[in-house]
Amino acid sequence: MKVELRIQRFNPEKDSKPHFENYAVECEPTDRVLDAILQVKGVLDGSLTLRKSCAHGICGSDGMQINGRNMLACKVLVKNLKQPIVIEPLKGFKIVKDLVVDMKSFFEKYRSVQPYLQNEDPVPEKERLQSPAERERFDDTTKCILCACCTTACPSFWSDPNYVGPAAIVQAHRFLFDSRDKAKEERLNVLDSREGVWRCRTIFNCSDACPREIDVTRAISEVKRNLLFKKL
Amino acid sequence: MNVHSFDAIVVGGGGAGLYAALALSQGKVSTAVLSKLYPTRSHTGAAQGGIGAALANREEDHPEWHMFDTVKGSDYLADQDAVQILCEEAVTTVYELEHLGLPFNRTPDGKIDQRRFGGHTKDHGKSPVQRACFAADRTGHMILQTLYQQCIKNEVTFFDEFHAVDLIMKDGVCCGVVAYSIEKGDLHVFHTKAVLFATGGSGRMFKITSNAHALTGDGMAIALRNGVPLEDMEFFQFHPTGIYKMGILLTEACRGEGGILRNRKGERFMERYAPTIKDLAPRDIVSRCIYLEVRDGNGIDGKDYVHLDLTILGKEVIKKKLPDIDDFVRTYMGLDPSRDLVPIQPTAHYAMGGIPANVRSEVVKDEKNTVLKGFYAAGECACVSVHGANRLGTNSLVDILVFGRRAGLSMADYCKGSDYTPLPSDPLGPTQETIARLRSQNSGERTAALRDQLQSVMMDKCGVFRTESGLQEARSEVLKLKDRYSRLAISDKSQVFNSDLLDAMELGNLMDLSLVTVEAALARQESRGAHYREDYPKRNDAQWLKHSLASMSHGAVRLNYKNVVITQFQPQERKY
Repeated sequence: MKVELRIQRFNPEKDSKPHFENYAVECEPTDRVLDAILQVKGVLDGSLTLRKSCAHGICGSDGMQINGRNMLACKVLVKNLKQPIVIEPLKGFKIVKDLVVDMKSFFEKYRSVQPYLQNEDPVPEKERLQSPAERERFDDTTKCILCACCTTACPSFWSDPNYVGPAAIVQAHRFLFDSRDKAKEERLNVLDSREGVWRCRTIFNCSDACPREIDVTRAISEVKRNLLFKKL
Repeated sequence: MNVHSFDAIVVGGGGAGLYAALALSQGKVSTAVLSKLYPTRSHTGAAQGGIGAALANREEDHPEWHMFDTVKGSDYLADQDAVQILCEEAVTTVYELEHLGLPFNRTPDGKIDQRRFGGHTKDHGKSPVQRACFAADRTGHMILQTLYQQCIKNEVTFFDEFHAVDLIMKDGVCCGVVAYSIEKGDLHVFHTKAVLFATGGSGRMFKITSNAHALTGDGMAIALRNGVPLEDMEFFQFHPTGIYKMGILLTEACRGEGGILRNRKGERFMERYAPTIKDLAPRDIVSRCIYLEVRDGNGIDGKDYVHLDLTILGKEVIKKKLPDIDDFVRTYMGLDPSRDLVPIQPTAHYAMGGIPANVRSEVVKDEKNTVLKGFYAAGECACVSVHGANRLGTNSLVDILVFGRRAGLSMADYCKGSDYTPLPSDPLGPTQETIARLRSQNSGERTAALRDQLQSVMMDKCGVFRTESGLQEARSEVLKLKDRYSRLAISDKSQVFNSDLLDAMELGNLMDLSLVTVEAALARQESRGAHYREDYPKRNDAQWLKHSLASMSHGAVRLNYKNVVITQFQPQERKY
């Protein structure tokens, strides 16, 4: 099948601002948007630039706006989309080139929530025990692949780039609700600020955007509730 | 010249690299990780099913049983001293990962849960055993996340989106790495006492593969060009259950949980080939059986695929234990695995071969196992050899963890007792030449076209079934493609994030590795594990119970061989 794409281009060495280019390629109906973009790159214009790796929705490299919604290009089939397929980089980050955005600030915010298990108790000889129910409590937020689709779909983030953002809160949630973690207090303190969890206005864009189907808004609300109860 | 100095440099941000970096940082060694992707994008994250370790949380099990299965699964080509370490340290390593925070699934009494996997058996082959420790069907994702988290906690330095292009050697000692900054487009020298390559596999040399686009065998190819022979490259694993035409992996845990393979007639054909463990036979065997069924006209609709039947598991088990598989089948095929049969075909999955390394993860450069000072390798790019001619499911994760950690510990020891070797005068020379050549041509061959052709040749002529004539054709076609590669032109001439140039460099690596793979396959006139020669269908221990070592000079491949280490399990006929 013929697929028409309209892709936002920006080369910092040549362009003062981004512009759109139109392309048409031959695809199989089973092809992903990523396959279509790679056809453009492979056959029509080798300079088209994007990040990619696993090509099946688990590495988180190829988050982008596809027909106005944040998605992974490898997790949506061309046959399911309206044409021309409009492709733009994730919104709210500096564009490095074409569909590649600068992720440094995103990973700095990730680091700010202390995204690692903290438990200085002496370790047992075998595993620490955890019941299936305790494990289930934080299962949803362990699925995060740090693709930034949620954070860059959030109007609060667009208006305030210092907002820690949904992805970092998801990571904090993963540890706050892990029965083995002992740093609840420190982590909550990081999030209990204007640029922390309170910037969230419960708009649900993050949950809609998540390619891993994490209920992001719910995770954020659970963190907020935790903070409220701590204060009472 | 951008020069950075760290006592240890780890190239690759997957499981092996991160575990090594963690061990190094805990040992207070200044360490940097170079990764061509953000580390959390590494392909370890794609591993689904589990980590094999004889914890005996579900039923009786012993590291010695795991060892027997691994050796038998390897078709007796694995080095048994290394396999013993693998299986014994698997247990302590899994506990350590749990302590580091890995969210394993749990048994009702709160222990790490375990399930069945291909080739893992009770008491030397009696029946399948529950040995794979898992976190739903995203065990690799959890490993990658956990190790990255701990590296952050331990303040490891990361150079993200740095692509390694060369090793720096002086007087026979490895003293650094040359890397290309993808974002800025400039070259950097990393001066160091010890370099670890944990650069992953090379599955992108095949057309249908479960491997990420990034898996272009960079580390193996750099080692090869620096005079290090590659071991056992003829052994490449095809995983039986890739999504038809796309190659996306559907974990062996699908069958571990009770899923079965069916042919056109609906028959559970694995019963005929492996009467004891049936669908849970090792991957080389199951992949061959699928091809045989297709050849006998038993493919679905007469085509080149069969069905994976998960309908018998029920919705609940699929949702709880195989949620990502459910998602993949829905997203990419529009099917519901609890109701529909899933079309599958074998997909290129794992390089058993690689950079020869000993059990301390030191690279060894010849048939006498002489250590190359300052150079280490771990994970899929390395060949210890714990997988021999065929790797068992779950053992790749065991390998990256056990030998990634060992690499970090050995390097920490080495760094404390040694000094920096001074850099040679022009470490960037050869790389600058290569890049200038790729940039200079304005018209010529295109990367994507050459890559497609290479992948088709390798898939058709160096895949699951091989013959002398097919391999000879493959050799001549790969040589022609290599020649055309020398006339490659890239269309992106810019500095910033030039993925056109990156793709071209990666293709060069795949070309060299394909040639080595074909030559080693052509030479080995027997069938063993994943290497199946239709013209030599039997294993031949008298002549071929040995590891190949392929080196390359001026484009020509030379083969040498070294002995297999056999300690307690003498080679037997391999039946399941």
